[in-house]
Amino acid sequence: MSNGVKRRTALAGMAALFTGACAKVAGSDAGSSLLSAAEKWHLAAHRALANRQALAREYPRTALDLNFPANGSVTVDSDAYRASQATGFADWRLQVGGLVETPLSLSLENIRKLPQRTQITRQDCVEGWSAIGEWTGPQLSVLLDAAGVKPEANFIVFRCADTLYGSQYYESVDMVDAYHPQTIIAHALNGQPLPVGNGAPLRMRIERQLGYKHAKYLTAIEAVASFDDIDGGQGGFWEDRGYQWYAGI
Amino acid sequence: MTETGPSPKKRHSLVTRLWHWLNFASLAVLFMSGLNISNAHRFLYWGQSGFDASQAWLAVPRFPGWATIPGYYDLAAARDWHILAAWFFALGLLVMWAALLFSGRFWREMRTSPAEWKPSAFARSIAAHWRLELASSGSKYNFLQRVAYGAVLGIFLPMMIVSGLAISPGFEPAAPWLVDLFGGRQSARSVHFIVTWATVAFFAVHIIAVLVSGPIKQIGDMITGGRDE
Repeated sequence: MSNGVKRRTALAGMAALFTGACAKVAGSDAGSSLLSAAEKWHLAAHRALANRQALAREYPRTALDLNFPANGSVTVDSDAYRASQATGFADWRLQVGGLVETPLSLSLENIRKLPQRTQITRQDCVEGWSAIGEWTGPQLSVLLDAAGVKPEANFIVFRCADTLYGSQYYESVDMVDAYHPQTIIAHALNGQPLPVGNGAPLRMRIERQLGYKHAKYLTAIEAVASFDDIDGGQGGFWEDRGYQWYAGI
Repeated sequence: MTETGPSPKKRHSLVTRLWHWLNFASLAVLFMSGLNISNAHRFLYWGQSGFDASQAWLAVPRFPGWATIPGYYDLAAARDWHILAAWFFALGLLVMWAALLFSGRFWREMRTSPAEWKPSAFARSIAAHWRLELASSGSKYNFLQRVAYGAVLGIFLPMMIVSGLAISPGFEPAAPWLVDLFGGRQSARSVHFIVTWATVAFFAVHIIAVLVSGPIKQIGDMITGGRDE
């Protein structure tokens, strides 16, 4: 038995040595740039292998998860949000601004009157789980075309009402995903107005990427040349905390 | 010293030796960072979706820090390690397969014959293996070695790559049929986990085989190339 314990200690020791070496690599400049380079290789490979407009899979209604899970922020903890919720978000505005010709300010009513897309898609969380839901809303491309995105814009930033660990949530995508046909601003889940836990009244759907890209409690859409000067400069709330900006992996 | 002779006299070719150690390092990183990723959501499902413990076919134990990369729970960093090592692992396997096929070594050293698969012959092979009669007639590797190496190189390791690709939401639009092949994204994730442990089982047997057949010489040969006897 003492032999077994020794062997286990030796194994743990070897693993610790290896982990320690990995920490050294990750801590060095070359190591950390190699680690972040891999994300770009995956993005380039995905873009090379699939058509840029290639669709994420869509499912029949029989595949729906009727109890679609909510995680991350599950509400917005502010009096303004609660007051808005009490009126059915009648006063909610979505701003479209930044590097655009004509900034817009839209109500939920305006958004519901735009041409709608309904899609039954699978959401994959970075943690590993998946859930299938039916989402309805206008394509982001319709709003961007209406506002007239200036040529110097490279990214679309999504501003959110919710805070997580005391910081404002936000996200960003490049123009390929911004103009993708399945990139919609959803106001309905499974045929019902978006529940609070899933981002009421508006959330993004970025169907070829992981769940944290799908910004909830959406207040503004901003065209920018670069996101270097926004918060942590990594292009999103989770990105500022080490997660990959390209979340298609 | 005759070890400086041309490569055909070496027991292991340069490509084999380089691949063996690159593959070992990438698999170690993939395995240990994978255990960290598993800790993020410890439930496995069949089909396309699954998010609640009540739907799971397996609740995976939490893996301790000493077994994971990094040595504490950090999903973001673990994913960075995992997707970097995946490139070295996948490209390495591709080069190894190209070398095995182009050099003809796959057919020369790893092919099995139908006669060897007959139950009686199979039983004899296992009995001989159990008595540690590891030498084989005619071929460099005995029957069970050829089956094991063939299964690992041809099934386990490629399955790791294919099931990993099937979990990636950005890769799926390029090859949706790949996800169908597994019966859904959560099935692919389960297969990724199962094949990991099948590969670990091979690794354990492989280490035991090295230990009982002269570990110093075996490891030395895998570094210098050794001599073909």
